[in-house]
Amino acid sequence: MMPNEAPHSTRRSISFAIVGSGGAGALTAGAILMEAAGKAGWYGIMNRSVGAQIRGGEAAALVRLSTRPVDCMTGSFDILIAIDWHNANRFAAEMPLAPDGLVIGDPANGDVPETIAGPGVSQAYIPFKELAGSLAGGRENMIAVGLFVGLMGLPIETVTSVIADKLSEKGEQAIETGCRCVQIGVQQAAQLGSSFTLETPATSQTGRWLITGNEAVGLGAVRGGIRFAAAYPITPATEVLEWLAPALTKVGGTLVQAEDELASISMAIGASFGGRPSITATSGPGLALMVESLGLAAASEIPIVVVNVMRGGPSTGIPTKSEQSDLNIAVYGCHGDAPRIVVAPLSVADCLFAAQWAVHLAEAMQVPTIVLSDQSLGQAQVVVDPPTQLAFIARRAVVETVEDEGYQRYALTGSSVSPMALPGTTGGQYTADGLSHTVKGIPSSNNLDHQSQLDKRHNKIAGFDYGNHWASIEDNGVAGADADFTILTWGSLTGAAREAMATLADEGIGVTLVAMRLIAPLLKDKLVAALEGAQRILILEQTHSGQFRQYLRANCDLPGEVQHFHRAGPQLIGPAEICTRIRNWRAS
Amino acid sequence: MNLAQSDTFKAADYRSGVSPIWCPGCGDFHVLLSFTKALAELGTAPENVAVISGIGCSSRIPAYTNCYGFHGVHGRALPLGAGLKVARPDLTVFVMSGDGDGFSIGGNHFLHACRRNVDLTYVVMDNQVYGMTKGQPSPTTEPDWDSALSPGGTGLRPFHPLVIALASGANFVAREFSGDIKSTTRTIVEAVRHPGFSFVEILSPCVTFRPDEKAWKNQVHVAAVQATDDPARAARRIMTDDGFNTGVLYRGARKPYDQHVKDSFADPAILEPEFAI
Ligand SMILES: Cc1ncc(C[n+]2csc(CCOP(=O)(O)OP(=O)(O)O)c2C)c(N)n1
Ligand code: SF4
Repeated sequence: MMPNEAPHSTRRSISFAIVGSGGAGALTAGAILMEAAGKAGWYGIMNRSVGAQIRGGEAAALVRLSTRPVDCMTGSFDILIAIDWHNANRFAAEMPLAPDGLVIGDPANGDVPETIAGPGVSQAYIPFKELAGSLAGGRENMIAVGLFVGLMGLPIETVTSVIADKLSEKGEQAIETGCRCVQIGVQQAAQLGSSFTLETPATSQTGRWLITGNEAVGLGAVRGGIRFAAAYPITPATEVLEWLAPALTKVGGTLVQAEDELASISMAIGASFGGRPSITATSGPGLALMVESLGLAAASEIPIVVVNVMRGGPSTGIPTKSEQSDLNIAVYGCHGDAPRIVVAPLSVADCLFAAQWAVHLAEAMQVPTIVLSDQSLGQAQVVVDPPTQLAFIARRAVVETVEDEGYQRYALTGSSVSPMALPGTTGGQYTADGLSHTVKGIPSSNNLDHQSQLDKRHNKIAGFDYGNHWASIEDNGVAGADADFTILTWGSLTGAAREAMATLADEGIGVTLVAMRLIAPLLKDKLVAALEGAQRILILEQTHSGQFRQYLRANCDLPGEVQHFHRAGPQLIGPAEICTRIRNWRAS
Repeated sequence: MNLAQSDTFKAADYRSGVSPIWCPGCGDFHVLLSFTKALAELGTAPENVAVISGIGCSSRIPAYTNCYGFHGVHGRALPLGAGLKVARPDLTVFVMSGDGDGFSIGGNHFLHACRRNVDLTYVVMDNQVYGMTKGQPSPTTEPDWDSALSPGGTGLRPFHPLVIALASGANFVAREFSGDIKSTTRTIVEAVRHPGFSFVEILSPCVTFRPDEKAWKNQVHVAAVQATDDPARAARRIMTDDGFNTGVLYRGARKPYDQHVKDSFADPAILEPEFAI
């Protein structure tokens, strides 16, 4: 039993997986359970894992339900149900079972493979196929849904209503059969007995949301004022674009499918030059193609938002798995000195905040802004409380009327942000230019012009007030002499760090978390202040080479002792490993 | 067509005070002149015109106009212009650049701009050389043109932009010679008025690196036959001509791109019900 779980028969959080070959419906089963649990008052997170085959390969839904909001999966799973074992081995590493876990297979498919059945893990056999076959149109995945419902104690009426909703297009008969299968599963679970009952949630009237990180990025962007998007598909960012396409049309904006990323970023810049807040979304290979035009946006001071949903790199890398290794290209990628903003969401739910904030920052400073999400955030789906309305709205300084001949598009102002004339404004005509230019935008190779415009682009970002959104600084409630660990991380690893902190709190180990949301510019003074007095700092990142640590060390000195826990994807750094690192450090 | 200047604007009203960096005698001066005359003819206020370019001598043109301009990066003028037009359909958008910019580094965008058929006018000042980088062969240069980068010539078949444009779906295709101000002006006006993606290739001599192109003025001739609305016929004609016939060669009737950004917007809250469970 996990130390942070209630020491009685109900559990605050349960992680489970359901696997099956293509068409077995493992993902559908996971989706039904997530939605039903969300409706009934639990929080949850779900990741899908699919084989390399484009269609029809094996698939797994990895779900974690909890009475509290959850930002990450746990390192191990309590229950695994395999509709069949075809290629399930391939997932074995992704879904290690907890020592007191339970694995259920169909006796018709043979024994639980050794790679999956660890020591101490209980095994049970349920004849999915036979049970499903007893009903015309019966489906094994629905039997599995019933098993989970029975084992965890989810309310069956909620599950039934979700099924009715999801299968509404398939007709009454399909819904009826689906619900019958679930009942059969529930009966089977009753015979197994269960030590996996979920704690009852505080409320069952939730009004919660079910949303993925990629959708949340899209919604945050539109809430922030984005009305134009240009798109070239790439895993794992495509869903951002596919969500934006109809959404933008509904609000009066539009999405254009471009021929490549050179075009998509250029279209976004063109649209933004016209005054419409603009976005594009991509992953590493696309960002690599975009860097020249990022420099153009920086030099011509045209705001754009580029969402980069990171995957394993370099080159084509591991398209379907997460990594944080685009940090360097996001922060530095470009020739010349081309300041930009880089914002990283700290959780699936924070994707909305980060994207909306990014739009606000881009527009306020007329600067290219990168939202550095990753596959583990973008493609995960969560049940969350409905996000509050944020005050971040695109507000670009524009000139309404130009009185005289002297309009200076790149005027040196106190904030270093110069009001922009939008096409159509009489007397505001200027040429936006990637060439070094004068305050009027006229090409110039004069050293003073070059220097002063570079200063301006630097200063507008350096002098901006980012409030306290630059990082999330949290402690785990353990004070005093034991509170001597600090986890310093960024982006998606924040969830794992939070989880580890909660576990360590139960052991009396105090941990402070500094999770950076604003990656560039690096707010050195704020970071140093946040770390003041820190004695042992654990830097966490999902990169092979340690890009985050290098970036921090290049910019500031870190106090105390520093350890560095980093690893390439696809195996995500999990809460249990973080706990072990800190326990070992403490013991040493 | 009535080529009388509009009452409101003279060609000079479309010129900025910035003096061109072009070599004396460069064909692009004439293009700038025809362009400003065409704008005066169209009568669109300078602030409602946007001139988008890439990189090259020819791509310097936006700053020489009194319109809104964007001098972008090499090869990306078309998507820059398409993004602007889709976001701001009220503007008259021109994309203007060179043969290197448009057909080599930006070649892929050319194909897709023709297909997409966004209502804008693409003017390529084709001098069959990279002028700005001092004389290398471009996709439209003859195979035996000698240069330091390709001694003895590239040996490559020149690219046929007009045919490519037709095959890719451009809605209006014309060839002009920069020295023929009157015809070029008329064609630009027509290109703007024609809905969808209009492509005007202007033979514009690079007197510095292709002094041989000074002879073009004697070689060009007005297309002997009327423009057609059949792309296959137009393509056949262009494939078999001597490369010097000018005028409007093709007028299509394909529906222009129409998914524009609107002027007023709905509250994004309408998007939220899909997430509520
Ligand atoms: C990415 C990139 N590669 C190369 C260059 C160098 N470059 C500048 S202009 C040019 C060619 C321009 O040729 P063209 O478009 O025909 O214009 P022209 O100068 O002949 O008018 C090149 C290769 C560049 N600016 N950017
Ligand atoms: S180099 Fe050629 S194209 Fe460039 S300005 Fe001189 S003549 Fe014109």
